[in-house]
Amino acid sequence: MLIKRRNFIQLGSLATGSMMVPDFLKAFEKPLSVPAGNKVVVVIQLSGGNDGLNTVIPLRNDLYYRQRPKLGIMKENALSITDDAGLHPSLTALRELHDSGSLGILSSVGYPNPDRSHFRSMDIWHSASSSREYLDTGWLGRYLDAQCKPGDRPTLAMEIDDVLSLALKGNQMKGLAFRDPKRLYGNSQEKYFKDLGVAHKITGEEAPVDYLYKTMAETLSSADYIFQQSKLHPTRQSYPATSLGQNLKTIASLIFSEINTKVYYVSLGSFDTHFAQEVQQKRLFTELNDAVKSFTDDLKANNRFDDVLLFTFSEFGRRVSQNASGGTDHGTANNMFFIGGGLKQKGLINELPDLSDLQDGDLKYKVDFRDVYATVLHKWLDADDAAIIGKKSNYLAFL
Amino acid sequence: MQELSKEKRQEIRKQSREDLKSLNLSWLDEMVQSDAQLREKMAFFWHGHFACRQINIFFQQNLLDIIRNNALGNFGDLLREVSKSASMLSFLNNQQNRKKSPNENFAREVMELFTLGRGNYSEKDIKEAARAFTGWGFNLAGEFVFRENFHDSGLKTVLGRTGNFEGDDILDILLESKQTARFISTKIYRFFVNEHADEKKIEWLADRFYNSQYDIKKLLSDIFTSVWFYEDKNIGAKIKSPVELLVGVRRILPMNFEQEEVQLIYQRLLGQVLFYPPNVAGWPGGKNWIDSSSLMYRLRLPRVLHDDDNFNVKPKDDDDVMMGQPDGRIKNKEQGMRNKEVGSKAGKMINVDIDWPAYIDQFSKEKKETLPVKMASVLFLKGTIDLDLLNKYAEKDSRENYIRSLTIAMMSMPEYQIS
Repeated sequence: MLIKRRNFIQLGSLATGSMMVPDFLKAFEKPLSVPAGNKVVVVIQLSGGNDGLNTVIPLRNDLYYRQRPKLGIMKENALSITDDAGLHPSLTALRELHDSGSLGILSSVGYPNPDRSHFRSMDIWHSASSSREYLDTGWLGRYLDAQCKPGDRPTLAMEIDDVLSLALKGNQMKGLAFRDPKRLYGNSQEKYFKDLGVAHKITGEEAPVDYLYKTMAETLSSADYIFQQSKLHPTRQSYPATSLGQNLKTIASLIFSEINTKVYYVSLGSFDTHFAQEVQQKRLFTELNDAVKSFTDDLKANNRFDDVLLFTFSEFGRRVSQNASGGTDHGTANNMFFIGGGLKQKGLINELPDLSDLQDGDLKYKVDFRDVYATVLHKWLDADDAAIIGKKSNYLAFL
Repeated sequence: MQELSKEKRQEIRKQSREDLKSLNLSWLDEMVQSDAQLREKMAFFWHGHFACRQINIFFQQNLLDIIRNNALGNFGDLLREVSKSASMLSFLNNQQNRKKSPNENFAREVMELFTLGRGNYSEKDIKEAARAFTGWGFNLAGEFVFRENFHDSGLKTVLGRTGNFEGDDILDILLESKQTARFISTKIYRFFVNEHADEKKIEWLADRFYNSQYDIKKLLSDIFTSVWFYEDKNIGAKIKSPVELLVGVRRILPMNFEQEEVQLIYQRLLGQVLFYPPNVAGWPGGKNWIDSSSLMYRLRLPRVLHDDDNFNVKPKDDDDVMMGQPDGRIKNKEQGMRNKEVGSKAGKMINVDIDWPAYIDQFSKEKKETLPVKMASVLFLKGTIDLDLLNKYAEKDSRENYIRSLTIAMMSMPEYQIS
C-alpha cells in the first residue's frame, strides 16, 4: 500500500490509526454465486391499520352486517372464496391466486394487550416485542445480526423506501433503504465522500466516527453493487406506474439477478380509514392488487414463484362496528395474506374471526404475530428464530 | 349533536397538530438563540427522558414548561410535576386508573423509565404502586385533580414498605431509593460524556447526586469539573442526534429559512421529531440514528442548505399525526411538500439564507496559513483533517469563498456528526 506524505492537521489529541482494509470492503472482491432456489421474503406493510373485516369478508355473518349497516360489503359484491368468506371486490388478482392455490389467509393475528396508537403498535410489530417492552432493534435487523458473518455483503435485507424502518435495524447490522437503484448509485457518486473514505484511518477502537466511516463505505460500495445487479436481468414485465408497482418491479429485477438479498420490504398506505373508507380502501387495494398481479406473473414467467414468499401485515385491524363518518376506528387483531408457490396451507388457514366473542368491541387475537415471524425465519429463511424473536415460538403449518 | 361535537373535535385536533408544529419550530429557535444553552440542552434531555406523545397542544406546552423550568433544578420536583401533568397522566392512561379497575401503565413507566430502571422492582411492586396512583387525574383545564372516589385507600406494599400510600408517597419511596440516583446519573453520563457508561464514575456521581437530594445543577457541575470529562476517550464519543445536529449547524451558521417547515421534514427524515418520541422510552440514540440512508442525508445536509439544494426524498407517513387523511386534505406547506416529494421542484423548498458575513467575520484576523486550523477548531472537537484533500474541494478565488466552501466541506465530514 502506498502512503503518501500529506499535509495533516491534528486537532486535539492524537488518534493513532492503522491502515487496513476492513472486512466489509473485502466482501466486494469475492465472487458470489446465488444458490439455486434461493428463498426470498417480500414483506408488504399496509400502514395505517387496514380494515381486515372488509378485506376478508364474513359473508354469512349477521353480526358483521348488523355492525356495519353502511360499510359492510354485500355478498354479491365480494369475491367469494368459500361459502363463508369473500375478498374485497378490488382484490381480483388475489382471488385468482387463491383459486390456483397460491394464497393463504391467516385470521385473528395480533398480540396480548394491544396498543391502539399507530406508532406504538407498528413499533411492536417491527421489533417483535410484547406490548410491555421497548426494543431498539427490529426482527429483520436481528435476523441480519444472526446471519451475517464478517465479510458478508451488507445487502441481505433491503427496504424500497427513502427511510429505513425499525424492522430492519439490528444491533450490529442494518438493512439498506433506497427508492431506486439508479438514484442510489447517483447519490453515492459524490467524489468527495469517496475521497474522505479513502483518506480515513480506522483506529480500531470502535470510536463512533469509525462506525460512521464504515457505514459510509458500506453504503457507497453497496450502491454500486445494487446498481450493477439491477442491470443484470432487468424484468421485461410491465408494472403499473404506481409507487408499489414500481417498487415491486425493482424487487423483481433484483430477485432475477445474482444478488444475495433474502428480504425485501415495502410499504403501502395510508389505510387509516376514519373517514370515507370505501373510496380510500378501494384505491389502495387496487394499487396492491395490480402490483401484486404483475409481480406474481413475473415470478412465474421466470420460474421463481416457488422461491418467493410474499406476505402482508398491518399494525392493527379496525373496530368491528363502523363509525359515524363512513369509516372505522382503530382496532386490534387482523388478517395476513401469504402468497407464493411454496405454501403448505392454502385458502383460509384458520377460522374467520368470531364476532360474537369480542373484547370491548374489538376482535380477540388467536395467533401471535411472533409465531408467524418465527415460522418464516425457521422454515423459510433457515434462521435461528428463538435467538431472533427472543423466545421459543409455536411454528405454524403454512410453510 | 354527536355529529357536531365529533366534527368540532376533529377541528380542534387538527388545530392542535398545527400548533404543535409551531411549538416545535419555536423551541428549535430557542435552542439556537438562547443564552441559557445548558438549560435548553437539559430540557432537551428531559424531553427524551419524560417522553410523551400527546396531541393536545395545551398539555404539551404545559409539560414543556415544567421541563424547562426544572431542567437545572431538583429532580424530585421535576418528577413530581411531570407525574401530575395532564400530558403524562393522559398519555400513560392514569385517568382510567381506578380502584375497581386499576390500570398499571403509569406506575410501570414511572418505575421502569423515569426512576429505577428495568429489573429494579417486581411486578408486585407495580401492581401495588398502581393502586396508590388510583384517583390521580386531570380536569378539562388540564389541572391535576385527586378524585378520592376512585382512590384505593387500602394498605399497599411497595419496595418493601407498607402503608396506606397515595401517589406522592410512591414518588417519595422511589426517590429514597438510591437506584433512582444511579439510573438518572447513568443516563445523564451517557448523554454528556460517553455512550459507554463507566460504572465507577457513575457510582461516584450517583452518590453525590443522592446526597444533594437530586440537585441537577450540582450533578452537572460534578461532571463538567471532572478531569475525566476532558479525557481523550470521552471527547468525540457521541453521535449527535438529528436535533443536536441541526441546532449545531444553525448555531455555527446563522440562517433564515424561507419556509421554516422544512425543518420538520428534516426531523421526520432523520427520525427525531420534537414532541413525537417513538414511545415512552424516548429516542434510543447512539448508533440507532445511523443507517445507510440517514447517514447520507446527514452528510449532505450542509451542502443542501448551502446550495438551496434538495434531498428529493419522502419521509414516512406518521399515521398518528395525519389520521389517514388522503393527499391534499390537510392544506399546509409541509403536507403539500410531502405529497410532491420533498424538494421535487429544485431549490423551491429548502430555501435558506445563510448570514455568511457574520460567520466569516470571526476569522478576519486569522492569517492564511492558520485559517484552516482555526476553522477546524470551531467546527470539531478533535480528529485528523486531511487538508490536501479538503483544499481540492475548496474554492480559491476569494477569501470569502474559500472560507465558505471549506466550511461546508468540513461540515460534510463524518467527524462533524460527532460531539
